[in-house]
Amino acid sequence: MSGNNDRIWGVMAEFESVDQILHAAREVRKAGFTKWDCHTPFPVHGLDDAMEVRPTRLPWVILLMGAIGVGSAQLMQHWMNGVDYAFNISGKPLISWPSSIPVTFEMMVLFAAFTAFFAMWIANDLPRWFHPLLRKPRFARATNDRFFVSIEARDPQFDAQRTADFLRGLHAASVETVEMPQEKAALPSFIKRSIVVVTCAALVPPAMIYNARHEPSARPPINLVPDMDDQAKFRPQGETSLFADNRMSRSPVAGTVARGELREDSAYWTGMIGERFVDKVPASVNVTPALLDRGQQRYGIYCAPCHDYSGKGEGTVNQAAIALAEVGKAAWTKPASLHDERIRLQVTDGELFNTITKGKNTMPGYAAQIGAEDRWAIVLYVRALQLRQQPAGR
Amino acid sequence: MASHGSGVLDPARVKQAEAEGIYPPALVRGRDDFASLTETVCRVSEAKRPPREWYLIFGCALALLGCLGVMIIHLITKGVGVWGNNQPVAWAWPIVNFVFWVGIGHAGTLISAILFLLRQGWRTAINRFAEAMTIFAVICAGMFPAIHVGRIWVIYWVFPIPNQMSMWPNFRSPLLWDVFAVSTYFSVSLLFWYMGMVPDLATLRDRAVTRARRFWYGLFSLGWNGSNRQWHRYERAYLILAALATPLVLSVHSVVSFDFAVSQLPGWHSTIFPPYFVAGAIFSGFAMVLSLAIPARTLFGFKDIITERHVELMCKVIMATGMMVGYAYAMEFFMAWYSGNAYEGFTFINRATGPYWWAYWIMVSCNVISPQIFWWKKARTNMLLVFIVSIFVNIGMWFERFVIVVTSLNRDFLPSSWHYFSPTWVDVLTLAGSFGLFFTFFMLFCRWLPQVAIAEIKNITPAAHGGAH
Repeated sequence: MSGNNDRIWGVMAEFESVDQILHAAREVRKAGFTKWDCHTPFPVHGLDDAMEVRPTRLPWVILLMGAIGVGSAQLMQHWMNGVDYAFNISGKPLISWPSSIPVTFEMMVLFAAFTAFFAMWIANDLPRWFHPLLRKPRFARATNDRFFVSIEARDPQFDAQRTADFLRGLHAASVETVEMPQEKAALPSFIKRSIVVVTCAALVPPAMIYNARHEPSARPPINLVPDMDDQAKFRPQGETSLFADNRMSRSPVAGTVARGELREDSAYWTGMIGERFVDKVPASVNVTPALLDRGQQRYGIYCAPCHDYSGKGEGTVNQAAIALAEVGKAAWTKPASLHDERIRLQVTDGELFNTITKGKNTMPGYAAQIGAEDRWAIVLYVRALQLRQQPAGR
Repeated sequence: MASHGSGVLDPARVKQAEAEGIYPPALVRGRDDFASLTETVCRVSEAKRPPREWYLIFGCALALLGCLGVMIIHLITKGVGVWGNNQPVAWAWPIVNFVFWVGIGHAGTLISAILFLLRQGWRTAINRFAEAMTIFAVICAGMFPAIHVGRIWVIYWVFPIPNQMSMWPNFRSPLLWDVFAVSTYFSVSLLFWYMGMVPDLATLRDRAVTRARRFWYGLFSLGWNGSNRQWHRYERAYLILAALATPLVLSVHSVVSFDFAVSQLPGWHSTIFPPYFVAGAIFSGFAMVLSLAIPARTLFGFKDIITERHVELMCKVIMATGMMVGYAYAMEFFMAWYSGNAYEGFTFINRATGPYWWAYWIMVSCNVISPQIFWWKKARTNMLLVFIVSIFVNIGMWFERFVIVVTSLNRDFLPSSWHYFSPTWVDVLTLAGSFGLFFTFFMLFCRWLPQVAIAEIKNITPAAHGGAH
């Protein structure tokens, strides 16, 4: 090896025909070179054998990835439609294979084809922005009509002079030394800069989303796809210039009563006769043990969260609200104990009914959730609770 | 025989190659040695200006593309009511156009992949062309179902993407299979097309005289230097891609036919659909290749590369697939009668004699009758006639999809729902605009990319097969 080989990448020899390159390839291989290659404008039949190129393992990689495609497609479909979001289609089993075949096939092809494409370029060490051979003007014909042999300087048998002579002996049309340029061609700086700018710009939206998810904001959320979320419509209590009284809600026509809203029995519907609360549950309520059971059940649903099951006012909502009130996060008035003497003795059944209907202090009205019959049932149950808490004999 | 200059055709060699069956005559004609093959293909994109006709076609295409843009904006802002679609014909032109374009998009991969596997050397002259056609046709095709969904901003629902609704698409629906099939087909065709083009882009890079050309062709040729060790892996990967693309083509159009066949509508619910659709796709695709290649070979001077022999071979394919399609038309009638199903029978009688009788008979005359002229060699080699027949086939195949979609839907089970579908001006301009989209891409391709696979076509010349036996 001569001392100034470090500036030299290798030598290249130019040949004019397919026969010549096949001959040259056989001779170079026989001479025992290892770091060498042929460059041809099209894949020359027989050149692989002449060069003794080992068969690529690419097909096995592609086969593996195709199999992974099949597996992922099966997992994806059965998990998505059978497990995570179970789709009942005409009562068919949630996990069954026949309908999964088309997508599985497509995914197999997709995985295998992408592998064939990308693994081939990776195995070929491409893309490359720079190659010393591409600096030689004569080499431009390698993609046109000439055939080249290149032997690299890192081949153990390489010697600039002797190797060039050897190639000339194979009837090369020309033989040239290929230098390793000081300065390699690099990606132009404007591309590098644009990559940096585009990458930074691409990070802005995710950063904004991340920020939005972690910062509270008083503004309404950004709705990219409004669909029909906001519609022009009349809401209760809304204002409009359409009617003289500026109200969106309309009152019934004067002198009419809506179906089921006659409610002549004011004791039953309001717990009042005139301005006075009724003392006892009205006669129109048919008091039976079943109604008392109904009252107990309704009480458990609507009343116990605050008043608790015994009626002392120690319910879970009450406890949580007191805990919040202690740290200043809520204002809370403890619900009255239903065993309070005032409620037990002074509050009549009619007033109790009225309280459930319209609410009191922090307690909201329950007319919307609980029907009149059920409200009377709760009144009955509350009375029963009160009796149970009293010493026997009262 | 090792002293052959740079591979100029030598009559003796041609004779020998013909005798050995390596090189059938008239696939590459004239003085087409390697250098002049390169020159013929590259000079199109290296010319300072394209031919005047190019500007004309490109200008028209661009205008139609603009029209398409306006139509799509109109559609999205107003809603699908701007089309003629309505119950019971809810699938009308958009789906007709989708199947039409996706069918055209099949010839490209078919020519590339199936003919490659069958070692049909003649494919090399037209495969690049056909692959480009595939890519652009699939873009046009994919657009139609996307805009047909109405609320295009939630089109991502068709993909299995985790979303705020915690829902997944229904994998038992053929429409979802279609999403997977068409998007796989598009990506694989794109890879196949680009991969085949890389060595030719390297050729353009090595001939580049301006900085811009050197840069762009350099970028996309990925540093290809014709290394045989690279060719070895490249060829293997290309072969495997072809082997994958072949069943893919068949699967994609079968899945498209499932969109119809899996439903229970008389006229759609038919097991003949997958093979019938695939034959139709090949038929229409080859017709489109001819409609494009015949003007292009004159316009860009490829008469010696895309020869009359190629045109003749494609005419034979068209005739064969045209008869398959004709067989399917007849078989549908037979099955309607043989099934004894009154609704099925009514649908087919209605197709041929009902309100859309004219569409049915346009279809039959264009697809079944017009290709019969190719029994005569004189017809197969008359470029003008071939061009006209190829246009007929394109029209006929559009009507085939129209007949399948519209005639099956317009007579609903309830006579009170019967409805005669008519397109609106938006329907018409959207279809015209999709041709604008197609031709804009296609004209850009013709101008800037190698229209013929240079490396591959060199491979089928006699000089590529060494004479030193």
